[in-house]
This record gives sequence, structure tokens and C-alpha cells, in this order.
Amino acid sequence: MLNQEIRDKYKVVIGLEVHAQLLTQSKMYASDPVEYGNLPNTNISVITLGHPGTLPVVNKRAVEYAMRMGIACRSEITRYNIFDRKNYFYPDLPKGYQVTQDKTPICRGGFIAIKTKEGGEKQVSLTRIHMEEDSGKSMHLEGDVDTLVDFNRAGTPLIEIVTEPVVESSEEAYVFLQEIRRLVRYLDICDGNMEEGSLRCDANISVMLAGSEVYGKKVEVKNMNSFRNVQRAIEYEIERQILAVEAGEKISSETRTFDATTGTTISMRTKEELNDYRYFPEPDLSPLVISDEWLNSVKEQMPSLPWELLHKFVNEYGLSEYDAQVLTDSKNIALYFEELCSQTRNYKAAANWMMGPVKGYLNELTLDITNFPLKPAQVAELIELVDSNKVSFSVASQKLYPLLLQQPQQKAIAIAEAENLLQESNEDTILPIIEDVIAAWPEKVEEYRGGKKGLLGLFMGEVMKKSQGKADPKKTNQLLREALEK
Amino acid sequence: MKAYTSLSEVKDAIQKGETSCQQLVEFYLQNIEKKKHLNAFLEVYTDEAREQAQQVDQKLKNGTAGKLAGMVVGLKDVLCHQDHGLQSSSHILEGFISQFSGTAVQKLLEEDAIVIGRQNCDEFAMGSSNENSAFGPVLNDADNTRVPGGSSGGSAVAVQADMCLVSLGSDTGGSVRQPAAFCGIVGLKPTYGRISRHGLVAYASSFDSIGVFSKSVEDSALVLEVIAGADEYDSTSARVEVPAYSQALQKQDKPYRIAYISNTLESEGLNSEIKASVEEKLQWLKSEGHTVEAVEFPLLDYLLPSYYILSTAEASSNLSRFDGVKYGYRSPNATNLESMYKKTRSEGFGAEVKRRIMLGTFVLSASYYDAYYTKAQKVRRLIKDATDKLLSSYDFIVLPTTPTTAFRLGEHTADPLEMYLADLFTVQANLCGLPAISLPNGTDKEGLPIGLQVVASAFAEDKMFAFSKYLMEA
Repeated sequence: MLNQEIRDKYKVVIGLEVHAQLLTQSKMYASDPVEYGNLPNTNISVITLGHPGTLPVVNKRAVEYAMRMGIACRSEITRYNIFDRKNYFYPDLPKGYQVTQDKTPICRGGFIAIKTKEGGEKQVSLTRIHMEEDSGKSMHLEGDVDTLVDFNRAGTPLIEIVTEPVVESSEEAYVFLQEIRRLVRYLDICDGNMEEGSLRCDANISVMLAGSEVYGKKVEVKNMNSFRNVQRAIEYEIERQILAVEAGEKISSETRTFDATTGTTISMRTKEELNDYRYFPEPDLSPLVISDEWLNSVKEQMPSLPWELLHKFVNEYGLSEYDAQVLTDSKNIALYFEELCSQTRNYKAAANWMMGPVKGYLNELTLDITNFPLKPAQVAELIELVDSNKVSFSVASQKLYPLLLQQPQQKAIAIAEAENLLQESNEDTILPIIEDVIAAWPEKVEEYRGGKKGLLGLFMGEVMKKSQGKADPKKTNQLLREALEK
Repeated sequence: MKAYTSLSEVKDAIQKGETSCQQLVEFYLQNIEKKKHLNAFLEVYTDEAREQAQQVDQKLKNGTAGKLAGMVVGLKDVLCHQDHGLQSSSHILEGFISQFSGTAVQKLLEEDAIVIGRQNCDEFAMGSSNENSAFGPVLNDADNTRVPGGSSGGSAVAVQADMCLVSLGSDTGGSVRQPAAFCGIVGLKPTYGRISRHGLVAYASSFDSIGVFSKSVEDSALVLEVIAGADEYDSTSARVEVPAYSQALQKQDKPYRIAYISNTLESEGLNSEIKASVEEKLQWLKSEGHTVEAVEFPLLDYLLPSYYILSTAEASSNLSRFDGVKYGYRSPNATNLESMYKKTRSEGFGAEVKRRIMLGTFVLSASYYDAYYTKAQKVRRLIKDATDKLLSSYDFIVLPTTPTTAFRLGEHTADPLEMYLADLFTVQANLCGLPAISLPNGTDKEGLPIGLQVVASAFAEDKMFAFSKYLMEA
């Protein structure tokens, strides 16, 4: 283990490369479908397989998705896009080259803001975002000497988001990735699932003595297939490098792979063995020009962004920064809340319902809000019942809500009536209960009348208990005071 | 049966009851059989062509036949034709069957052209003599000791020797025009992007163009009219309207403005008989009242180097897909992944293809990229600008198609550079993406055909055809 004192001598420099698979119907340069979980080699075509005589054609939707990401990150959108070929041999690469963007990435610059540990905000600068195609998958089946290749994934559209070397810790990398996931989900361009590989991350990591001007040799770490593993891998790599430098060793530029079972990184190849990819402009694709009209139409159709909704929740709905943060954490929650707020004016109550009972239910069953049985209008109805004193919040949230979840096709008011949950504000019903309570606690009544006003709570509790929580608390409070002070 | 020289002749004869598609197919099949030694065809679709001929005859009777009914065509072995073999005359595509028809082939079929077979060529269209085929050389029908030119040698010879009326070939640096010249027929390379490349096996994508072999300018025009046009499968295909070329073959009324490049005609390697035949034609044009002027083209020496740097760069990448993984040949001697690649590609490709892959890989490698690839791109731009400028003041550039007439088999195989010189006059049109046509222009004293080349502005094929017809009728 590295001691903190030594660690603090070093500055950590991390650049991230994040690949996101785009949720398009068809592939980056061909019309065969993008679908997951199909039998091997069923989502393929002569173009995907690189048969002789085939040519790529750019998927316009994929371009729009890349533009969305760039607009969200305040990047500059490249208007004249040239595609390039990256040449290398691998069995899962059907053409022997990947069609990507080298010199003219569709997005340049921009940033993604993340929350820091200290609660502040940091803007992680982006170098670029470019479009490219995914490869197939090589499969080494146990006991089989042959390698099999599944080309279903080949040609799936990707964007690669490349940061400047400005990430300073494994936690920051973790938070940055989470922010990317939230963003691509808000933008509806990627499902953001790291475990399934629709979001992938490589990290370029180096360490240097704090105050030094000279960057350390950077090491690329690949194969980190979860958010947690990215953090673990980076953490391990930082320690490995610092310990090596402390021991007087030289760090060499290399590519390492993360082994999740041991939590360590292992050398894959050194810089000297790196491929010369022989990038050159893809002559089979004419340059892709993004017109003002096209860019504007993509801007107009941009889905709401998390910070826009947060701003709206604070400024229009009067929520606290914290509540707004929680509610915009997930896109689907935020959209549900938005709709709920179109059905009720009591935004604060709506927020409380979302963060309390609704989230509680979803967490318990590990459901996404899209599978929540109640429509926003039904939650609005619950709020309305409380606001109009028909039921108390505690009855609404603890009794009526669970019942409604079991029979979501019913009206809340109907269940409340059937289950006798409606709040009692009729004096004729409440007064007899108050009289019973006063009769049952003569000494306490004396004490109250002798000045121990704090005992009111005890009487309130007893009345509520006897009314099974149905007594209107305001009314009860008023009647109880009157009865005690008689 | 007599050999027809144009579809309109064929159609007349059919109308008069002198022939039928079935009789035509039999005639061509007999010629193919008789001239088997020329090695023009890799595969002949005998039964299929007969069947198709029967159907087209029926359609002709019913009045439902397409524009190309009566046209029997052959396809260079680089054109995708669904459910038919496709090997680019290479071992590496052993047993490969195309799963789709390219756009040009599809359009031919839709207009009732009858495909009679696929034709021998230089491997992956790389060559100028058709001696680089994995299936042996093609012989020139004018003299069997001589090459037919390349790379579309089989396609040229098939038209020359009446094995079909028209062939589709491909022209990356002269592969249609040069063999057309050597075989005494018409060879068209249209503007880059005029015909979709979907279904054309790529050699050098930014140069490749499908081309047409025929005996008449009319057929060339008619076929282009059918197969040209924008295509959703090829983003580099031009969104320029396709004129009815075959209906616009009348020479313009006002005199043409013709340029000839003086340093081309002074080229050291230019055969004197060819030079004389070009000069004679230019003299005739002058006497007819056209403007004929000599111009200098100082970039002449840079044509071949920039062509060979850029085309091999693209080729090295285009041919990466032939790796033994998915289809075609895989070496049985492989022991692991790396040896599978090395052995498959070493055994599957021929010497010239390997030479160009290595050359192209070299010029794209990180340490040499700027010195070769980037520089050649810049030179290409200069050549294009200079040529476009020239064509803004003239209707056409007229020049020889080739420096020599058909040379002997084996004459240039020892020295690749000598062989590359055969493309000296044709690569300019490919570097610039311009339309060009080679027209038969007499023979030398040994009776070997001479070609005359006309280069026009981009998408000026209509004007080029009309002028070509005028020249042919002179």
C-alpha cells in the first residue's frame, strides 16, 4: 500500500477515451439492423462483411446523434467532415480497416461539467468527439481450437469522446463516466450500459512530481467494463506507477489490460510494437457536409438536458437545489416529475412524493420509473386528496398508496371510500372520541389544566389512534384544546 | 451470320426477321468456342444466355422488351453479378459467388441485355497487358503473339473477336481505353462518379470507373445512358442528371475548339506511326474548319508517379479484406492467426498485386506519408486544376491513347516500370476524374490497331460522344 505522504508528492494526469454505441436502427455505413442478443451472424449484410464491390453509406441518424452530443457538450460542430480509414488486420474487422474520423472529428472542444468531491463543479475539457464503426467479436470457445467470429456488432455506430488530460483522480474519472452515462441517456443516443459494452472506456494515465513541468510517460489501460472497474484500474495504475518511480524505475509507454479478478493491470504491448494504422482519407465516402439548416434542425429537436431541467425545477417549481438535483439524476424520473407537475400545482408535495414513496417503491423492487404502475395523474390525485384534507399525508402515503399500487386501475378516492380512509372533519364524529380520551386520562387532564401544555401531543396521539388516523388533525387540534380548556 | 457492329443494326435485323436473340447468342457462343485460345472468358453462361435470349425474343414479340434487347454483353471479372462467380482473376477469391448485382449490371439486366459470361482480366485490374491474370494471359485477336492490353483485356478481345457485342470493363488508369486501342475498338471511361461503383471490386476507389467496350460510339452512348446515374449505394456517385446520350450524337454546328498537348506528342516513347496518325487526324480537323491548337502541359512527368503512389495507397487498403477469414482462399498451411494472414495473402495474390500492396503500404506508413501520399495528393490537385483550366478554353484534348501499339507477350514483364509507361497517356483522365474515350484510328504497318483518345470536361460525355462519332465517320 502506498502511503499518503508519498502519494501527495505526485500529480496524476488522466485522459479518457469513451466509446458510446449509438441507438440507431441500422449500422453506421449499412442498412442492416443494430440489435442485441440475436444469434451470431444474423444482423449482417454484404456491406458489413466487406464483400468485394460493396461501399459504405453514412447513416444520417448516427451523425445527428453525434451532433446532439456535441451540442450538449458545447463543442464546435465540424461542417465539412471527411472520413478516414484506420488500417489493421484482425479477424473481427471485416474490411481490414475501420472507417473513422481522424483529421476532421465531427465535434471539437467543449466540456462536460462534473461535481467535485468538495461539492463544486469542474469542467472536464473535451479534445474531440468523432464517429466510427464498431468491430465484430472474436469468440474463443472453451475446448475449441478455432476462433469464431460474430459480425453482428460489426458496423454498429460509435462515437468516441476524447478528453483532454485533465482528469486528476480515479474518483473524477468515475464521476465523469457517470455524467456521460446520464448525458447520453438524456440525449437518447446510447443506453449507457457499461456492463453490456454499449459504453466503454480506455484511460491514459501518467504521474509526475507535483510542480513538475514534464509529463510522465503515459500508459493506456483498456478492458475496464464497469464504472467500478474503471476506478479500480486507475487507482491500481496510479499506485503502480508511483511505486515504480519511487523505486527509480522508468515508466514505459505501453498498453495494459485490467484484470478484474486480481484488480491489477497487465502489460499487453509496448509502444514499439504499436500498429502503424496508416490513416488516410476514406475514398469511398464523399465528404459529409453539415448545413446550417441541418444543424439548426438538430438543435431544435434536442431533448431536455439535465441542467436545463434542474434550472427549471429550481426557478419555476421553487424546489431546493438538492431536490432538483435528485430529481434530475435520472432522465426518466425527471420526465415523470415534469408530467406530474403538469397535473398538480403543489410542486413541493410532488417532489416529496417522488423522493419518498415513489422512489421507495422503485428501490425496493429495483424497478425503473418506466415500469412504475401509477401514472403521474394518479400521484397528482393523491396530492390533491391530501391538499383538500380528504386524507392525511400519512394515511395517503402509508395506506392508500400501497393499496393503489396493488390496483392501479382503481381511482384513489374510490379506494379511500371503500377502505374507509377518508379523513374525519365532522365535529359530531370527532367530539365523542375526544370525550372518551379525556375520560380515560383524568390525571393527565388535570396536569394539562395545571399548565403542562405539552401534554396536548399525548391527547392528539390518542385521538388519532382511536380514529384510526382518519381524524382531520387541524380540526382535532382545535376541538381538543376547546375540550381541555373547558 | 455476319458480325453486327451496333445494337441498332441488330435491332433492324431482328425486325426484318433476319436474326433473333437466340440466333445471336448461338453466334457469339460459337465464336467463343472457336476462339477459346484467346482466353477471353473465365466462365461462359451458355444455358442461362440461351434461356434469357428466348425470353427477350418473346418480349420483343410482345412489344415489352427493354432498351437493350438484342445486346449480348460480357462482364469483366470485377463486376458483381448476383449468384455468379466473381474472382477478379485472382486465386484469393477462389470459389467466391457474388450475393448481389452491382448497380450497373442490374441496370443492364433490367433493360434486357443478355449476359453471356465473365471475362478474364489482370488480377484485381492491376496491369496493362492482361498477363497478370491467375488464369493466364489473354491474346490479341489481331496478332496472337501480342497482348490485348489491360487490365480489361478479356473484355476488349471479346468485342474485338465478336464474342459479344458489348463488354463492361473498369478503368482506373486506362484499363478500358488502352486495351480498346490495342484491339481496335471503342473504349469509354466516363466522368468519375457518373456510373455507380456499387458492385465494382475496388482497386483504387478515387480513380475507379466502370467503362464500356463497343464497336460503335452509339452503343457506348446507349449503354452509358442506361447504367449511369446517382445511386444510394455509392455516396461518390454524381447527382448530375443523365442526358439521353444516344439521342444527341449530332455534331455541333459551330466549329470545335481542340487542344493537343505538344509535349505529349514529343514524348520520347511515342511510336512514330501513332504520332503520325494523331497528327493526320488533327490536320483533318483543321481542314474542316475547327480550331486546333498546341498547348504545353508541364506537369506531364508527374502523371505516372502521382497515379502510382495514390492508386497503390488506396489499393493496399482496399485489398486488406482478402484475408482468408470470411470468404475465398485460406491457406491450408496456416498454423496460427499471423501465418494465416501471411500465407493466405502470399499464396492467394499474384506478384503484381503484391508489389502494389507493398508499394501502397509503404507510401501510407507514418514515416513516409507526407513525403509520398500527401505530396502526391497535392500534385494530383495541381494536375486537375491545370487540366480543368485547359478544358475551360477548349472543348476537348485530343491525344494518343497509348505510346505504342500492342506489344508482344512477355515483352515488358521483366520491368514493371516499362509496363507502367503503357498508361502514360491515359492516367491523366483518371487523376482528374474526366471522361475520355479511345477510338480506333487505323493500324500501323504491321496491321496493329491504333487508338485516338478524346478527353472532355466533367460530365460532357454528350459532347464527347457527338464529336467521337464525327471523328469515326471522317
